Amino acid sequence: MNAEPRILRTQAEDTLALEFAAARTRLPGSPSVAAAREVAFADFQKAGLPHRRTEPWRYTDLRALLRTVPPLVSERAELPAIVDPLAGLDRARLVVVDGAYRPELSDLSGIDGVTVRPLAELLREGDERIGREIATLDDAVVSLNAALMTGGVAIDVPAGAKIARAIEIAHVTTGLLQTHTRNLVTIGADASARILETHVGPADSAYQANIVTEATVGDRAKVIWAKLQLEGAAAVHLGTFSVSIGEETEFDHLTLMTGASISRSQTFLAFAGENARAGLFGATMVRGKQHADIALTVDHAVPNCASRELFKAVMDERSEGVFQGRINVRPAAQKTDGRMMTQGLLLSEDASFFVKPELEIFADDVQCAHGATSGEIDEDILFYLLSRGISRPEAETLLVTAFLAEAIEGLGDEAIGDAFEAIARDWLANRGQEAK
Amino acid sequence: MVAVQETVDQVRQIDVDQYKYGFVTDIETELAPKGLSEDIVRFISAKKNEPEWMLEWRLDAYRRWLTMTEPTWSRVHYPKIDFEDLHYYAAPKSTAGPKSLDEVDPELLATYEKLGIPLREREILAGVEGAGSRVAVDAVFDSVSVVTTFKDELKKAGVIFCSISEAIREYPEIVKKYLGSVVPVTDNFYATLNSAVFSDGSFVYVPEGVRCPMELSTYFRINERNTGQFERTLIIAEKGAYVSYLEGCTAPMRDENQLHAAVVELIALDDAEIKYSTVQNWYPGDKEGKGGIYNFVTKRGDCRGDRSKISWTQVETGSAITWKYPSCILRGDDSQGEFYSIAVSNGYQQVDSGTKMLHLGKNTKSRIISKGIAAGRSDNTYRGLVSAHRKASGARNFTNCDSLLIGDQCGAHTVPYIESKNASAVFEHEATTSKIADDQLFYCLQRGLSSEEAVALIVNGFVKDVIQQLPMEFAVEAQKLISISLEGSVG
Repeated sequence: MNAEPRILRTQAEDTLALEFAAARTRLPGSPSVAAAREVAFADFQKAGLPHRRTEPWRYTDLRALLRTVPPLVSERAELPAIVDPLAGLDRARLVVVDGAYRPELSDLSGIDGVTVRPLAELLREGDERIGREIATLDDAVVSLNAALMTGGVAIDVPAGAKIARAIEIAHVTTGLLQTHTRNLVTIGADASARILETHVGPADSAYQANIVTEATVGDRAKVIWAKLQLEGAAAVHLGTFSVSIGEETEFDHLTLMTGASISRSQTFLAFAGENARAGLFGATMVRGKQHADIALTVDHAVPNCASRELFKAVMDERSEGVFQGRINVRPAAQKTDGRMMTQGLLLSEDASFFVKPELEIFADDVQCAHGATSGEIDEDILFYLLSRGISRPEAETLLVTAFLAEAIEGLGDEAIGDAFEAIARDWLANRGQEAK
Repeated sequence: MVAVQETVDQVRQIDVDQYKYGFVTDIETELAPKGLSEDIVRFISAKKNEPEWMLEWRLDAYRRWLTMTEPTWSRVHYPKIDFEDLHYYAAPKSTAGPKSLDEVDPELLATYEKLGIPLREREILAGVEGAGSRVAVDAVFDSVSVVTTFKDELKKAGVIFCSISEAIREYPEIVKKYLGSVVPVTDNFYATLNSAVFSDGSFVYVPEGVRCPMELSTYFRINERNTGQFERTLIIAEKGAYVSYLEGCTAPMRDENQLHAAVVELIALDDAEIKYSTVQNWYPGDKEGKGGIYNFVTKRGDCRGDRSKISWTQVETGSAITWKYPSCILRGDDSQGEFYSIAVSNGYQQVDSGTKMLHLGKNTKSRIISKGIAAGRSDNTYRGLVSAHRKASGARNFTNCDSLLIGDQCGAHTVPYIESKNASAVFEHEATTSKIADDQLFYCLQRGLSSEEAVALIVNGFVKDVIQQLPMEFAVEAQKLISISLEGSVG
């Protein structure tokens, strides 16, 4: 039954209402932004936190999971010493601390031509691009971000620019806070860029990071985008990425999730021009009592586009992995080619994997397929390795690495792929120990 | 490609009004007043001479139903049903208990004849020995079992095959033990409604170690204007028993939408096997999408015993709206569940169908093969759940759902849920959606087939995996139905 007895508000929802009421006047933005915040918060209040009956959030019941919410950011924090997980990878770094872009901590060398501005500035100007890519998303967590967003970074890669150096947006949370970051990335026609998105924070703090990144990719652009979610072990990570890509673009996106206690990474990709190709990949590694949810919507709104999706998840101990993916093919989108694959590997008797790969098709001349598998390490393959003198842990590491590598390498960027694979190997090396 | 264009054109022109089985039989019927209340529930129960406990069971369900709201999660759209504007009971007047076919209203028999129901395999029904195929038919005309054949022979084998009303009177102990044990009274809106007002249905009990000597068959038919039909079927296979049950449906043409909310419960104990096959061809509505049957069905099988097996096979070509998920609860260790489905939608039909395989026991296996064909302006959704419980070690599932789109105004959707809570459970799911490949068509045309023949051939090949699972008696009819449903596009 789907009666929605939404009578009682949860404590978390009540706290959010109080916090919004207290913060609304000091949140940055033009009058139009302020008005939009009110609308967004009303939307949020109407829907409440996503729960079991909110179909896209079916397996991540925030109403039950978020008992309390930490306070909003009120003062500027010093950047804590956090180990750089991608040390050795050459890239420019744009540092966003507690939801605000910090130029003084950032390194913009080697990306000449790219404009980087604090999003708060654009909010004050009432830049119309803010909110455009998420306008059609009916999602309470996104509404909450729209109501409470404090800043983030706006990146403009001009048309035709070929930026070889990777650009990292480094999100750092410093303590027991609730952060609402908004990023805006515009990549011009014929440009090429490599974007990295990292998320880190203190290991022992139950902070909640809500990050919404909007991106627009122009015609014939080539983009590599990789997200690394390495939040602290007690954290809640709610990441939303919404992108529309133009004609003949090539867009590859990888999400690696291994941090946080509760994490949700949702990607919405819309094809805005014909003959474009998108590759969407994911690798999730969780253990302990972690819960990691990847949600994906690929909207084939125009004809002649192709998308490939490959998502791998490894669950150890008592963790839960979730994948909800949907390929929409609109009536006009003839000659669409969409293929989605998701695979779960359960390393422990107590782990769980929930999958919902959906196809929603309204055009006839299409090729769409999806596949899903769930299981444990194949005993036969393991036996083969053991019989050749490889120890069991070593053999398992080998097989799990190979399992994840397929998704990581799908991105097609060697340097980023190597760095991400190293993180996967680290994770495996720590198997059997307490969740970090 | 030209042939494809032709196909598309033809599909557009499909005259759904040609519905072959649309006619109304004029038989006097006894109707309960419109609407639903405790009095109506009492009326139905009294009409069926039910014992007190059954009435209480119904009333309890009715009170629960009042607190429930209609589900809206499925991908079907229809105007709100006014549950107060329906008759909840209609019985043909000639049901004083015919002992032989001669006592049955000839008009009724003529209806079946038009439908081509094997009921009128006269020799068999008259008891002539050695006459062809052996199919026992429990024909349900609107809501009351009119005639039950083969009863005597089944009795010899110890098999009970009768209407559920009769079973409630004659075998209350068995009914009490199993009714509502698979689909609880409060399971869902329509199941609860059914529990309150079910009019009739079939009851099968196969005792321990008995292999039912023949295929059992029921033909459902909705006849009286504006009567919701609420069938209730209960099949129990004791240890080591086997039964194959066939259910086929056609309904006459109607202007107003008719509601059908059936509940089917299957129970298989240790080593038992139940095979349940359905051909559903109710009136799908006219070419403007007006009228047609609303088919909201709850079908569930419980593999209660170890090594038991339940197999669902369905061919769904009719109904304006189909909302149906025949499921298996794989409770016993080493039990097996199967679901084979062909769902054809055309015109403005909406199909939201699939299955649930709930793996609870160890080494349980399930297999799902679903073929959806969407044409015209229809929507065809596969919605399924495969889940492994913590203790379901060694569970195994294979799912394959393929969709075929004919025409560019229809939609095909796949919504599978896969939930694994056990590492040794191995689940595989694959789904594809495509149109008829140009190269396949070309290959057929090149060998001298017309484009219509080619499409028919390819569609038949597409559904072959499922057709093969049907009992012989049904396979032929099913293929015929698929061609009727796609008439114009598949010659």
